[in-house]
Amino acid sequence: MIYQDSRTLLAVRDLRATVNGIEILKGIELTVKSGEVHAIMGPNGSGKSTFAKVLAGHPAYVVTGGEVAFDGGPLLELQPEERSRRGIFLGFQYPIEIPGVANSQFLRLAYNTLQVQRGKDELDPLEFDDFVREKMKLLEMNPDFLDRSVNEGFSGGEKKRNEILQMSLLDPKLAILDETDSGLDIDALRVVATGVNHLATRDNAIILVTHYQRLLNYITPDFVHVMDSGRIVKTGGKELALELEARGYEWVGAETSASAAANAGAAR
Amino acid sequence: MTEAGTGNYLDSLMRGQAPLQAASASPLWLKQLRARAVERVASLTLPNTRDEDWRFTDLLPLTQLSWRPVQGAALISPQELERCALPEAAARLVFVDGRYAPQHSFNHAGLTVENLPAGMTAQGAIVEAELARHAEFEHDAFAALNTAFLQDAALIIAPRNAVLEAPVQVLFVSTQQETASYPRCLVIAQEGSELTLVEEFVALHQGAGFSSAVTEMALADNARVRHVRVQNDSTAAFHIASCAVSLAKASRYQAVSVALGARLSRYNLSVLLAEAGAECSIDGLALIGGRQLADSHTLIDHAKPHGISRQLHKCIVDGAAHAVFNGKIMVRPGAQRTDSSQSSRNLLLSGKARVDTKPQLEIFADDVKCAHGATVGQLDADEVFYLRSRGLSDAAARKLLTYAFGAEVIERIAIASLRARLERAVQAQTGEAS
Repeated sequence: MIYQDSRTLLAVRDLRATVNGIEILKGIELTVKSGEVHAIMGPNGSGKSTFAKVLAGHPAYVVTGGEVAFDGGPLLELQPEERSRRGIFLGFQYPIEIPGVANSQFLRLAYNTLQVQRGKDELDPLEFDDFVREKMKLLEMNPDFLDRSVNEGFSGGEKKRNEILQMSLLDPKLAILDETDSGLDIDALRVVATGVNHLATRDNAIILVTHYQRLLNYITPDFVHVMDSGRIVKTGGKELALELEARGYEWVGAETSASAAANAGAAR
Repeated sequence: MTEAGTGNYLDSLMRGQAPLQAASASPLWLKQLRARAVERVASLTLPNTRDEDWRFTDLLPLTQLSWRPVQGAALISPQELERCALPEAAARLVFVDGRYAPQHSFNHAGLTVENLPAGMTAQGAIVEAELARHAEFEHDAFAALNTAFLQDAALIIAPRNAVLEAPVQVLFVSTQQETASYPRCLVIAQEGSELTLVEEFVALHQGAGFSSAVTEMALADNARVRHVRVQNDSTAAFHIASCAVSLAKASRYQAVSVALGARLSRYNLSVLLAEAGAECSIDGLALIGGRQLADSHTLIDHAKPHGISRQLHKCIVDGAAHAVFNGKIMVRPGAQRTDSSQSSRNLLLSGKARVDTKPQLEIFADDVKCAHGATVGQLDADEVFYLRSRGLSDAAARKLLTYAFGAEVIERIAIASLRARLERAVQAQTGEAS
């Protein structure tokens, strides 16, 4: 939702990044304000997942230019854990399996780390158990998932629910959900989307990175951005997603190749 | 200090130990056994890195050191005992610097859990039939040394069909630096009996020391023994040990051994599936850092058909430490329908850490199922990033992942207090690492 009294949470200016010496992000411009839901769409290889990982601080990517301000402070010099503690959450496209670490142990450790950061009391295992079970209801998750190793043997849908569960525990200011809809059947998609909608408030913001328009039937974006070759080349409202669904991505590239810079600035 | 030359070093070890007290009270067969072992020590030499079995484990630093005789009473304080004692234990034997400590030990009705000289008065024939029959010392200088000094030793006998759920704890405590000890343990599980043995080697000092331990186990038909071995010696100590297990028909042996301490440790575990239908699972974890070396050599010997063996061996190696694993599985002619699997998995936490792993299969039967494999790797960068993206520090993320790697072995220990203690030990050690 767009609010008049919103504040800028994320300001990305001319962001450039490489992986293994190859430039993937070539000058991204994006502004996200509190209360807003943004969708970043684009063909495979356009750099949208890279953009999500760079914002979260993935060490495999090297930022070679530009600036990112988050919640009023510079972001790029922060370690991934510091970004998390300040309120950035990345929902992984492929959540990592961690054999030997119980999901409950992992969730509680993450939650308590944040509690300490916020000057609040840590929850002991029993208190946390009550707290997390309540959160799991929203995502229609079976409590058995607490006892299993993190994501190990989870189906695609279970992994994504577990990501949104983490989002609900960490209560981020900015959630970046990378291809959260991939690998989900329609029921799981509905559950995950309901969860995300429930967590969206006028104080936080959400960036949905997605290849398909399908997810946007359930979570309504305020802005839709199209990425191509490492830049945001077109920005519109939710109707842009429908147009992309109908016409594909190629026309965007053709239409905007001459005026990419101007369009990329539209998000300001 | 000794003169150079490893042959002389065995002599110096023989001279370094106080003469056996009350040895004259031993039965003739035991005196003869010791005499034979003394003879073998005189003709054997310390192994060196030219021996295939000792390629990676250089004993030269050991030969630079000498040991003084143990002095004073075999006693530890109640607080010290409290730190090592298992609350679940149904019986306990404590040996302090190699000497039996009766005031710290207690028996369990229905079982023999005693110091060897006392236990032999009632069980002489049984002991004679098994002692030194499984751990051969003809070609093993360390087993020969241990046998030459055989006096106080843990004797555990579970009579026919006796079933004890709670563990029997055998605690070998080192309290005096610069001394040598020769821990010994004999376990006899008679037909249909069930027993859990926890063998622990701990030091109450951080000084140098030398121990050469031998454990033997004889499992009769349908017997079942669970064996947890924890080596938490001083990080300046040399710990050389062997364990020989013999399995009769349809008996089951489950072992978890954990190596945390010692500057140099070597554990030889050999399990003989001597009769049909025997089963063993032997799991191991070495968690070392600094300049430690932990060497584990295992042999699973399938001599008869329908045997099952399982093995998971893990090493977590930090600093400039070096882990060695050599796991041999032998399937002898006629040992058909053998089902065996072995996995060696290794985690290197630093650029200077090193592991040498060698799983070996020697199969002389044609209808068998044998699988083995080895991996060596570092912490997965994506796993670390995932945890950091949830707010955990880099150090906390690495600690959690390292702990999880080791937990797979520790979780196989059925004794809650020991599991918790080991979990704390792993966390403390990986905490220093990060």
